[in-house]
Amino acid sequence: MNKRSAPTLSVRDLRTHFHTKVGVVKAVNDVSFEVKSGQVMGLVGESGSGKSVTGFSIVGLIDPPGRVVSGSISFQGEELVGASEERLQKLRGNRIAMIFQDPMMTLNPVLRIDTQMTEAIRAHRDVDKQTAWAEARDALGQVGIPSPEERLKSYPHQLSGGMRQRVAIAIAFINKPDLIIADEPTTALDVTIQAQIIHEAQALCRKTGTALIWITHDLAVVAGLADHICVMYAGRIVEEGKADDIIDRPLHPYTIGLIGSVPSHNKRGQRLYQIPGMTPSLLNLPPGCAFRNRCKFDDQECLIEPGTTKPVRGRQVRCYHPQRAETVT
Amino acid sequence: MTAYVIRRLMQSVVVVLIMSVIVFFGVNVVGDPVDMLINPEADQEDIENAIRALGLDKPVGEQYLYFLKNAFSGNLGRSFIFGEPALQLIVQRMPATLELAIAALLMAVFIGIPLGLYAGLKPDSSTSRTIMAGSILGFSLPTFWVGLMMIMVFAVMLGWLPSTGRGETATFLGITTSLFTLNGLQHILMPALNLALLKISLVIRLTRAGTREAVHQDYIKFARAKGLSPHRVVFVHLLKNILIPVVTVIGLEFGSLVAFSVVTETIFAWPGMGKLLIDSIQQLDRPVIVAYLIIIVLMFVTLNLIVDILYSILDPRVRLGEREA
Repeated sequence: MNKRSAPTLSVRDLRTHFHTKVGVVKAVNDVSFEVKSGQVMGLVGESGSGKSVTGFSIVGLIDPPGRVVSGSISFQGEELVGASEERLQKLRGNRIAMIFQDPMMTLNPVLRIDTQMTEAIRAHRDVDKQTAWAEARDALGQVGIPSPEERLKSYPHQLSGGMRQRVAIAIAFINKPDLIIADEPTTALDVTIQAQIIHEAQALCRKTGTALIWITHDLAVVAGLADHICVMYAGRIVEEGKADDIIDRPLHPYTIGLIGSVPSHNKRGQRLYQIPGMTPSLLNLPPGCAFRNRCKFDDQECLIEPGTTKPVRGRQVRCYHPQRAETVT
Repeated sequence: MTAYVIRRLMQSVVVVLIMSVIVFFGVNVVGDPVDMLINPEADQEDIENAIRALGLDKPVGEQYLYFLKNAFSGNLGRSFIFGEPALQLIVQRMPATLELAIAALLMAVFIGIPLGLYAGLKPDSSTSRTIMAGSILGFSLPTFWVGLMMIMVFAVMLGWLPSTGRGETATFLGITTSLFTLNGLQHILMPALNLALLKISLVIRLTRAGTREAVHQDYIKFARAKGLSPHRVVFVHLLKNILIPVVTVIGLEFGSLVAFSVVTETIFAWPGMGKLLIDSIQQLDRPVIVAYLIIIVLMFVTLNLIVDILYSILDPRVRLGEREA
């Protein structure tokens, strides 16, 4: 891919807040990133770090009391913040598709697979039922489902979790979108199935040039998959860079903690590292750096919210004390 | 499926038998029909003859066995008052009650589901709040009082609608009903609405609760993420899921519609089975009471079976044959 080509998706200063009765939850707070065509971007963070909300903000599926309050989401040069619902509906499933976390819940239990697949085709393209059905069958074949004709006639409960997630992936790819947002698509699956699903998603993206945002809490998953990683913490991106750089030389104390807490074979017998403390409540974030209370390097400076450093070789970090991995673990 | 239906039918026979015992002996405990039927000035011989003619001289157990024997050949006894077979009396009145119950059921479905859906999709709008407040009223106001108020307002004060009777009937495809004439429709509107009020409220609440739960499900969000029109998301993806409990309740409630029509029929002088039952109870016409109750039990049992079968059509996860009944 040409590095200078315009990004498929460019998110700038995105803020998505939930106005609840007890206060404003700043789920996404000043997030910026870019994804280029054919690129895989890993969006990593703990539960409640705002990564899923970021994904839903892009497709305009934030339900009240949530709202994108400011910022810009530019998809192939088109501004999506403030775009009409009709326009977003045309893009969803067509140019921007999504894959959800729990395959047991994403397919409608009372509709047959073929209904759920062909409706996705016919919502965006004017094709007759037979053509749509044939396309659905081929799409199932592509994600490695054996005897797709039979599977099309089944109901979701007749398929295993891995099968259902393949169906969901086939639906996401069926209109050859330019961008796919995958929200923890392998979290609910067995490890072996995980690897297969990741492999299939990766192969499909390579083939079609689709940009992929892979949302996960599992660094091990994105390590082999993503070109680029953004680490989110408490609604902010705290570190971003090339996947290899982040994994090998994390700079932000939080990223270092995340990587340190992944079980691996070279640390057999040692106690696993864990990040002390808990994710702060997004309802009333303390002033300054959100990670301050869990960080061993915090000082007076950290009481003021750190800005993002200037990018060095695509590498950015939101910290006053960028580290080297060795100093912590 | 066939095995399941047969098994269910056999269970139903047992239920009906048990019910017939309870009803038959229960009715025998209340009052003495002879006192009601016979001229108080009749002499002892006349009274004894009458008792023998009605079969009341025999012990209750024997009476029951006699009743049972006849029941299997379709004879549920002869009315003390009219001297006609009880079954025939009830069947004559049945169309009037059924048309009332069906009209009320249709109202419950076609008013209840759309309102409930609206209230579930837009829970914070003032229209939804009004719908929900109305459904509380529908639940809590007694049927007979609402019926009387309706007659007072629409029949007496405004004079828009007739207050009693069935109106003109017309026969179409062998069914004689007042639903096919304008006059008949005018007559049925108030009693049907009166009968339906409780069910409309129930369906509104059920539909709303189902909708509120379903809109947050992943499959709805996924359907939206596929770029489907809001129309398709609501009427295919959402409605098909929430219809499952709604159909169950509506099916079961149809039985209670027929049973509750007793009150409505009395108020609106609707010539149906309910009115016949009230008259029979007042005159201690035992065979009619027993026959009526047995027919109602049969109806409930049949409805239950129909609901179960409908369920399996709506919800692919339910497979009747594999389930332990």
